[in-house]
Amino acid sequence: MGTISLKNISKSFGSTQVLNNLNVDINDGEFLTLVGPSGCGKSTLLRIIAGLEQQTSGDVLIDNKNVNRVRASERDLAMVFQSYALYPHLTVRRNLETPLRLRDYNAFERLPLIGNFSPSKKEKTESINQLVNKTSETLKISELLDRKPGQLSGGQRQRVALGRAMVREPVAFLMDEPLSNLDAALRVHMRSELSELHNSLKTTFVYVTHDQAEALTMSSRMAVMIDGNLLQLDTPQEVYDNPSSLSVAQFVGSPKINIFKGTADSGGTVGFLNVNLKRKSSESNTDLHIGIRPEHLEIINESNENTFSGTVAYRENLGSDIFFHVNIEDGSNKIIVRGLPQFTHQISNGSSVNIKRVSDKALLFNQAGMRVQFTNA
Amino acid sequence: MEAKQYIGEGWKHAILIIGAIVVMLPFYMMVSMSLKSQQEIQSISGGLIGAQETQTFPVCVKTGYSEETCTMKPYQYNYWFAFEKAPIPRYLMNGVIVTLSIFIIQVLVALPCAYALAKLRFYGREFVFSMVLFCLLIPVHGIALPLYVMLAQAGLVDTYSALILPWTISVFGIFLMRQFFMTVPDELIDAARMDGMGEYAIVWKVMLPTAIPALLAFAIFSVVAHWNDYFWPRMVITGNRDLFTPPLGIREFRGGIDSDEFGPMMASIVTVTVPLIVAFIIAQKRFIEGITLTGMK
Repeated sequence: MGTISLKNISKSFGSTQVLNNLNVDINDGEFLTLVGPSGCGKSTLLRIIAGLEQQTSGDVLIDNKNVNRVRASERDLAMVFQSYALYPHLTVRRNLETPLRLRDYNAFERLPLIGNFSPSKKEKTESINQLVNKTSETLKISELLDRKPGQLSGGQRQRVALGRAMVREPVAFLMDEPLSNLDAALRVHMRSELSELHNSLKTTFVYVTHDQAEALTMSSRMAVMIDGNLLQLDTPQEVYDNPSSLSVAQFVGSPKINIFKGTADSGGTVGFLNVNLKRKSSESNTDLHIGIRPEHLEIINESNENTFSGTVAYRENLGSDIFFHVNIEDGSNKIIVRGLPQFTHQISNGSSVNIKRVSDKALLFNQAGMRVQFTNA
Repeated sequence: MEAKQYIGEGWKHAILIIGAIVVMLPFYMMVSMSLKSQQEIQSISGGLIGAQETQTFPVCVKTGYSEETCTMKPYQYNYWFAFEKAPIPRYLMNGVIVTLSIFIIQVLVALPCAYALAKLRFYGREFVFSMVLFCLLIPVHGIALPLYVMLAQAGLVDTYSALILPWTISVFGIFLMRQFFMTVPDELIDAARMDGMGEYAIVWKVMLPTAIPALLAFAIFSVVAHWNDYFWPRMVITGNRDLFTPPLGIREFRGGIDSDEFGPMMASIVTVTVPLIVAFIIAQKRFIEGITLTGMK
């Protein structure tokens, strides 16, 4: 079992409030990502779960047991750190053994030399060796066991750090931006490996990242945090399609969602630029923010009452997609439109284009940044 | 490289060479005098090693040895007589006992202190650290008298404790190690805590191994300072020659019945200095690493 519940967690350092009354329930075997811009308090939250930091108020429950007063090492959690935090003076084998030796040997058995006289030590050493070998085979680091961390590449260190967390077979893994020190290609590769590892271990993962792409690709649920508040906790698809607020919509998705200034008239008809939406807003007579993702805009040849026009300021070719940064004609907005290379390869910087939206995809937000629903969906 | 640059480099080297000579000259004199006879030393003749003529040494005879025993080459005589006249091995052993005890206890105290000051959050930490810095400013000689009085009251004068106890808390060591520990990433400590280590285990099993270069630098400072210290042993060792440290031992050769005999005196100084020089050469590379790491980061 590995359920973790956070109840009304608040944390402040001096007068600075870092976490603001958070409630999260993490299910057994779930891959939960805490995602948010840097400084949003996600790492602090992870450290509170780990027991490395004490919350100012609120409760942490692991397997329905309150662990507020339980030390980090006795919570049966394992943590993977951004800088890997391997012991630099120990070989990989000893790095993997360390958590087991500390857990399994008693104080006498840990003594140098005379500890070997303890009758039960041999048996324990045997089982430690087995666990280390099993883990290193799973992670394919068996041939690295006799090296020191300094002699390993970034990816190898990453695996060893994972291994050190795995050997203990903890109830949950806590990961603090474990991929951010790797180069781009390796990071993408490790994402899939971590997902596979999660599938085979079936243990709870709590994963902290500032990279929304990692959150979207790996997690079963993601919690978006901004400024110490939990804004939305849902599956990645739901967070992407149905963000609860403007900040979530802007944080999740790359390139960023386009925001237009618009209005709702007395009948709830929403308009922006020269375009009116078909669906009606539930709020009327107000200014609104209209969010449309780059892939929900298209560049077309003809112009009509449902299109608006602009000039291409910058063309970002990613091979599979081309993103056009377009200045809208009235000068109010700079937006990003996705184009498929086969249709848009001839469009160059400076050319003027007509843009059409894909219907039923716009998102409405009020002035406070909260989501506004459509009445007749 | 152009000729101009060569000249510029040449100047720098010339200045450095002169500096090196100034520093090395006393050592040259010391080694040279430890090899020559008294007449050669006093007439400043004989170059580095002197003529090395076999001769009978009057001071030796006066001390009570047979003339036959006292006839040998000057370099043999100087070293033989130095060891005959004073129990130099005993002094060296005292030096080792005192400096090692001081260093080990200093480490036992300084490492946990430095760890707490660098990595633990507690009320008053900045105040404690500022007191450490403040203590760096207190000269040893300023507190020597009160220290001596306290040791005398405790009845510890003329013991090893008197030589060791006052130096067991090294604020310099605490400061140096604290600065080094500041550069150790917090995550390493958190990882150790997650693995189940207590705070003392972290100090000895995680921080100590990563701090070896800094510790070595501190070791050299500490060992050199206390090996060479003359002032303090002179104060607290009043009568018992068995407790003499090497610098006190050298003093044996000054004055006395047979006036100043420089040859054996210099020979004893060479014997006392060589262990330090050897230790420094062995540790040199690490020592310099340690200094730069702690100084620059």
